[in-house]
Amino acid sequence: MQADHTFHKYDREQFYDELFDQNGQPRMGARVLINRINALPPGELKQRQSAIDRALLRMGITFTVYGNEQGTEKIFPFDIVPRIVEAEDWQVIEAGLKQRIEALNRFIADVYHNQEIIQANILPREILAKAKSYRQQCQGLKPPHGIWCHITGTDLIRHSDGKIYVLEDNLRCPSGVSYVLQNRMVMKSSFPQAFKDSCVRPVDSYPSRLYDTLSHLSPSQSPTIVVMTPGIYNSAYYEHAFLAQQMGVELVEGRDLVVKDGYVTMRTTDGFQRVDVIYRRIDDDFIDPQSFRADSMLGVPGLMEVYRRGNVALANAPGTGVADDKVIYAYVPDMIRFYLGEEPILPNVPTYVCERPEDRKYVLAHLDELVVKAANEAGGYGMLIGPHSTAEERDEFAHRIQADPRNYIAQPTLALSRVPVMVNGHFEGRHVDLRPYVLYGKEIWVLPGGLTRVALKKGSLVVNSSQGGGSKDTWVVAATESEMDE
Amino acid sequence: MLSRVAESIYWMARYIERAENLARFIDVTLNLILDQPTSQVPQWEPLVNTTGDEEFFKKHYGVASGENVIRFLTSDAKYSNSILSVLRLARENGRTVRESISSEAWEELNEFYHYVNAEAKSDTALNSPSDYFRNVKQHAHLFNGILDATLSHDAGWHFANLGRLMERADKTSRILDVKYFTLLPSAADVGTTIDDLGWSAVLRSVSGFEMYRRRFRSLRVKKVVDFLILDRAFPRAVQFCLSGAEWSMREITGSQPLTYRNAAERRLGSLKAELAYTDVYTIIARGLHQFIDDLQTKINSIGEGIHETFFAIRPVENTQSQLQKQA
Repeated sequence: MQADHTFHKYDREQFYDELFDQNGQPRMGARVLINRINALPPGELKQRQSAIDRALLRMGITFTVYGNEQGTEKIFPFDIVPRIVEAEDWQVIEAGLKQRIEALNRFIADVYHNQEIIQANILPREILAKAKSYRQQCQGLKPPHGIWCHITGTDLIRHSDGKIYVLEDNLRCPSGVSYVLQNRMVMKSSFPQAFKDSCVRPVDSYPSRLYDTLSHLSPSQSPTIVVMTPGIYNSAYYEHAFLAQQMGVELVEGRDLVVKDGYVTMRTTDGFQRVDVIYRRIDDDFIDPQSFRADSMLGVPGLMEVYRRGNVALANAPGTGVADDKVIYAYVPDMIRFYLGEEPILPNVPTYVCERPEDRKYVLAHLDELVVKAANEAGGYGMLIGPHSTAEERDEFAHRIQADPRNYIAQPTLALSRVPVMVNGHFEGRHVDLRPYVLYGKEIWVLPGGLTRVALKKGSLVVNSSQGGGSKDTWVVAATESEMDE
Repeated sequence: MLSRVAESIYWMARYIERAENLARFIDVTLNLILDQPTSQVPQWEPLVNTTGDEEFFKKHYGVASGENVIRFLTSDAKYSNSILSVLRLARENGRTVRESISSEAWEELNEFYHYVNAEAKSDTALNSPSDYFRNVKQHAHLFNGILDATLSHDAGWHFANLGRLMERADKTSRILDVKYFTLLPSAADVGTTIDDLGWSAVLRSVSGFEMYRRRFRSLRVKKVVDFLILDRAFPRAVQFCLSGAEWSMREITGSQPLTYRNAAERRLGSLKAELAYTDVYTIIARGLHQFIDDLQTKINSIGEGIHETFFAIRPVENTQSQLQKQA
C-alpha cells in the first residue's frame, strides 16, 4: 500500500478527536499544523519521525528491553503529531487545577491537624482511618508556608461529551515533566514554522519555576537545594538527573546524605555541606528508616526529625499521598465546596464508593459496565475493566469488593478522546489523556502544556508506559500575545 | 562536590581514556604485523599479558591469534576490560552524574557507546579494523574535547582530567613496555630497518611520530624512551600526564606547590619529582622493564590514594575526626 502521510483520508470514527471536529475539519488551533503536514513531500514526515527517534536515543532517553547484558535499548515511543489544546479549553483547565490544588492542600493540612472535614461530617472518619497512605507520623507537622503539595501532576481526560474530567490526583512524586520538555525540544526542531505560526505557549520556564518553588521553602537567600533519587535503577532516574541538571543543583542518593548536628548534610570532596531543601523523588515509606520503613536502604536515618524541627524542607511534604487514595479522590468536589466555598470548575469522573451501601449495590450489579479500581494501586494495575472482562474476573472482583469495600471504587467506562498517530504509513486515532503539572510556591502556577500519554495499541484505553503507552508533545495555544512571553 | 559524583566523573573519564588506549594498543600491533609479516616474534601474546588477565583469555580463547585477541579486547562483553565493557562502564558512570556533566558530553558518550555496541555485533573490529580503531579514537577525542569546551573547569572537570591523565600515564608506559620487549628480542636487532619500522609504529600508536621527529629527528631507542616517558610537552608522555594530574589535584584541594594535604598528593608529587630529576640514561641503565614496573606500581598507589582521599564513604564519626585532624 502506498504510504499516505496526509490527513485527507483520516477517519475520526465516532470518537471525540482533539485535532478534528465532528465534520472532519481541523480545529482552529490545529489548522496550521494539519496544512503543513498535508503539504510535506511524501516520506518527509517519516524521515522527521526517525530523526526524532535518533535524537532521543542520543539523549539517552531509553529503557533497556531485556537484561543489560544484551544492551538492547529502546526509546520511549514518541509520536510526531502533537496534541493541541485550544486556548479556551486551557483556561478552564488552568482555573480548575488551581482551585483543586488549593483545596487539596487545605485538605492535607486539615487531615494532619484539626480534621475539620471530619467534624463537619463531609468525609467519614473510617475512610480516612483506613487510607493506606495516611501517615500518623505527619500529625501536627507544620511545613513552611503551610504548603504540602508543591509539585503535582493531575491526570485529565476528555470524554465523548467533550468535557474534561479529573481522573486522578498525583500528589506524591508525579513524574513525566522531563518528557514534556524534551518532547518540546525535538518537536521545535522538526516543525519550527508550524510551531511558530500556531502560537504555542512555551514550557521552557519549568525548571526555573521549580527552582523558585523549592527556594521559597527556605528562609535562606541562596539555599542549597538537592534532588533526591532512589538511583539509576529507578525508572524515572532520567527525569531526576534532568531536573537537577536543568536547575543546576546536586542530584543526591540517600547514601550521599547524613544527619549531623541536627541538620541534613551531604558528603562532598571537601567535607560535609548543609542541605536546606530536598526535592525528594522517593516515596514517604523510604525516606527515613527511623520514622517509616525500617528496611529502607534508600533513605536517610533521622531525616524526619530534622524536618520536624524545621531544619530542612521537603518537597512534597511527607503525608501528601493520603489525597491520592482513590476513595478520598471521590470527595475532592466536596472538599472544594467545604474549604473554598466554590463549585468545582473541573468535574471528577463520576465515582461509586463501594464503602457506601447503595453505591456498592449498584457496582455489584453493573460490574460488566464499570471500571473498578483498588484505592491504592497505580500504573494501571489492580483494575477491572468491565466491558473487557470475563465472568470469572468479575466474580473475583465481586468477592474482593464484598470482603473489603473500603478499598474499591468504580467508574463508568469512559470513551477517552483521541489524537491521530502515525502507524504503518498512515494516520489512525488513538486514545489519550493529559497530565498537566502544577507548582505551588508563592502562588499556584500551571505549566501551559503537559504530558499527553497515548495508548498506542489500537482500541486500548491504557496509556501507561508500562503497558504500551507512548507520548506526544502537547501544544497549548496562546489566547493573547502576552501569554507567549512567559 | 559530592564524593560519589566526583568518583563517577573520574571513572567515566578513565574508562573513555582506557577505550582509546586499547584501540591504540591493537592498532599498533596490526601495523607492526603489516610491516613485518614474516616475523617470528609473537605479536599478540604480549598484548594479552599486559592486561594481566591471561587466565581469562586462555580459558575462553586458548590460542593468542590476532582474531582471538582482537575479539577479546574489543567486543567481549564478558571481559570487563574490553572496549565494549569499558564503554558500558563509562556510560553507567556518566548516567549517575549526567546532571553534573553537560548534555553535549552525555550525548557524545551515548553515541560512542551505541557505536561500539553496534559494531561489536557486526565484528567491525575484525572486518575493517582501521575504520573501527580510527572511530574509537575519534569518539574519545570528541568526548574529551566536548568535556573541555562545555564543562566549567571547576572541581568536576578537574576530577575528569585527573582520571584521564592517570589512565594515560599508565597506558603509555604499558605500550612502551610491551613493545620494548617484542621489538628488542636480541641486541643484534638494534639499529636495523625492522627496528626502525617497529619504533615508528610505537610512536604512531600514541600519535607521537611527528612530534618525536620535530624534537629528535632520527629514530633511536633511547630517544623514543626519553620522549614517551620524560617529554614535558607531548600530551601522551608520562611526565606530561603526571604534571597535568598534579595541577588538577592541586586545583581540587587548594594545596600550594611542593606541599601536600593527603596521601594522593604526596605520592603524586613525589613521583613527579622523581621523573623531573632523572634522565633516560639512568632509566635504561636500571633496566626499562624494571623502571616501568616500578612506575606502574607507583601510579597504582596514587590511584588508591585518590580513592581514599576523595571517594571512600566513611562513617560519620571517622570523617569528623579526620576533618578535625586536617583543620
